Amino acid sequence: MCLAIPMEILKIEGKTAEVQVGGVRQTIRLDVISEDPAVGDYVIVHAGFALSRLDKEEALATLKLFQEGLNIELT
Amino acid sequence: MERVLLDYGSGGKASHRLIGELFLKYLGNAYLNRLDDAALLDIHGPISVSTDTFTVDPIFFPGGDIGALAVHGTVNDVAMLGARPRFLTCGFIIEEGLPMADLERIVASMGQAARDAGVMVVTGDTKVVPKGMVDKIFINTTGIGEVFVPKPPSGHRAAPGDAILVNGFIGDHGLAILAQREGLTFDAPVCSDCASLNHLIARLLEAIPEVHVLRDPTRGGLATTLNEIAGQSQVECRIFEDRIPVRPEVSGGCSFLGLDPLYLANEGKFLCILPEQYAQQALEIMRSDPLGHHAACIGIVGQDHPGKVVLQTPLGGTRLMDMLEGEQLPRIC
Amino acid sequence: MSLLDSFKDPHLCQAVLERIHAELHGELRFMEVCGTHTVSIFRSGVRSLLPENVVHLSGPGCPVCVTHDSEVALFLELAGKNAIIATFGDLMRVPGPEKRTLKTAQAEGARVRIVYSPFEAIKLAQDNPNDKVVFLGVGFETTAPAIAATLKTAREEGVHNFSVLSFHKLVPPALHALAADPELQVQAFLLPGHVSAIIGVEPYRFLAQQHGIPAVVAGFEPLDILQALHLFVTMRNKGQAEVINAYTRVVADAGNTKAMAMLNEVFMPADALWRGIGLIPGSGLVLRPEYAAHDAMQVFDLTLRDVPQIKGCQCGDVLKGKISPDQCVLFGKACTPAAPVGPCMVSTEGSCAAYFKYRV
Repeated sequence: MCLAIPMEILKIEGKTAEVQVGGVRQTIRLDVISEDPAVGDYVIVHAGFALSRLDKEEALATLKLFQEGLNIELT
Repeated sequence: MERVLLDYGSGGKASHRLIGELFLKYLGNAYLNRLDDAALLDIHGPISVSTDTFTVDPIFFPGGDIGALAVHGTVNDVAMLGARPRFLTCGFIIEEGLPMADLERIVASMGQAARDAGVMVVTGDTKVVPKGMVDKIFINTTGIGEVFVPKPPSGHRAAPGDAILVNGFIGDHGLAILAQREGLTFDAPVCSDCASLNHLIARLLEAIPEVHVLRDPTRGGLATTLNEIAGQSQVECRIFEDRIPVRPEVSGGCSFLGLDPLYLANEGKFLCILPEQYAQQALEIMRSDPLGHHAACIGIVGQDHPGKVVLQTPLGGTRLMDMLEGEQLPRIC
Repeated sequence: MSLLDSFKDPHLCQAVLERIHAELHGELRFMEVCGTHTVSIFRSGVRSLLPENVVHLSGPGCPVCVTHDSEVALFLELAGKNAIIATFGDLMRVPGPEKRTLKTAQAEGARVRIVYSPFEAIKLAQDNPNDKVVFLGVGFETTAPAIAATLKTAREEGVHNFSVLSFHKLVPPALHALAADPELQVQAFLLPGHVSAIIGVEPYRFLAQQHGIPAVVAGFEPLDILQALHLFVTMRNKGQAEVINAYTRVVADAGNTKAMAMLNEVFMPADALWRGIGLIPGSGLVLRPEYAAHDAMQVFDLTLRDVPQIKGCQCGDVLKGKISPDQCVLFGKACTPAAPVGPCMVSTEGSCAAYFKYRV
């Protein structure tokens, strides 16, 4: 339904930010994201708007669950 | 700023000035300079002929322009039949008001592309139409080449057991053009791959005795061309997704627009399908050429699903890779 | 390997698949209600790797493909009114009455511009001050806040020639309607990650509490999807039904309160028509009266009109999981991606289109 992908914040100017994925840059809006992102953060971008910040700690925690639950070493 | 006027297509003095000062200057050669009604050509054996009409928006884009594209595109089509492209014809339809400097840049670029490919523009035509009747400039080129292999490659000749090779990164041209479109504001460090492939193809065909299919995946991209081949040869093309060369910039740009690089246009790529025993040699030849550094074997020809292209994903799953209905549009869903 | 690539890791995915194989007893019929899930499940090859007793059903997962014929009719009516239409690319091929689309309207001379972001439509309006620019507002809760923000900006900056035709749809009311259908053949719901990033987890609790159906909010990588399936299996084996947020790297349980506030400031709920399903109470969003000057319904004095139902189309049954796409009599014959009849074939990620395009 909703195509949204993680992009890295390169620069923030007021309500807009410059983001990149794979070296492709784009300017997005920060009107609807609830917490102010910082340069270097990944945000989930949909239709030119940041929806939310991608929480790296939570991502690691999810992967750790697999590691423990499945007895698999992460590469 | 000097602009192209309707007079330039009138056949009068203005037309003659355009021919002398622009076309002959950049494209001139012994055949064209005669300025007869037709060109007298000296060709031997079976010939390969192809025609294509080029429209592109914008007309200048990173990595090329409509002029270079009009040469490369037709040269490549002629070469895919196992031929050495030799001659081009060229027809321009120009919108009144096009800056003369733009036209000169386009024609100069065509001249350079033709010299690089080793082909000559031998006859041409120019029409100027009132503003709004065409978008800036359309170019038609027809190419003629001499076939130099006994059994020309063809989309009908893919056979089970063949390897499927491609000479490098997929989707560069499509993304480079898309990045210039109005309404899509993004900045992609990607250039069009537009290039003439005839020299590389000649080296390949001179070294390898059996090449079944050569095809350039232009509009519709890799996926569409593979589907055409699978259909013509009534075989299955099985492609391994993680072996397809795609630049991170191209997959990045595609990711947020909701596009698939496998359906993006290429202008300097070709698919080569040949018996598996020659695959390694062919890859080495490609990789030794600047236009084939990133060549890869991306799949094999099988017979399980005749007429279909089956993609094997990095997870080991499979899915169908179908033809698209029309051009890909950026999407939110 | 980068952190996010780990969610595509073949070895991890394989291990989870083996777990599902070993621990699942009987049949698991799960439904995703998000077209991006549909596409991910097919494109990644996950679907071809699932055990036979895992049955994948696609629900009403795409706000574009559920856009009703009568709504498309209004797009086309607008196209005839000499307005500049700004739209997401998705809508271009959605057929309205007599199979007309924005593509055909464009060919007839309508000015239709594809934009990636609704914000670009404001710029379009500023660049064309003598024209009226209408943005076609479709999307679920994920998209609606972005369009709300765009409308707010247009109002603040006095972009008078900009309006929105709002046919947004809401996910929880559709889930309520689905879950209440006694014929529904679904044992678990894979919940949409990006809608959830906005609305949070609370609006789904009723699935478990009232209907005893387990549900998982999941991301879109293969591992996310397989993890959700494994959670279904685990819950079943424990005799539990819960609503679990497994996409914690993006989704906060409370959702995005700022986005929700913005959405509610600009829009209010209304009944809405869903292609293939019909009317679902409170499942749409219309502009609040304060935004009347930017509401295309009022600016252009439009009225939604009834259009006849499509004959033979079983999208309603597909969307409810009663039949799989290929069980519909029209599938692949009268209804193909080239000439779609129902919503599930309309969108590139509709359940029927995905079935048609990706299944070997």
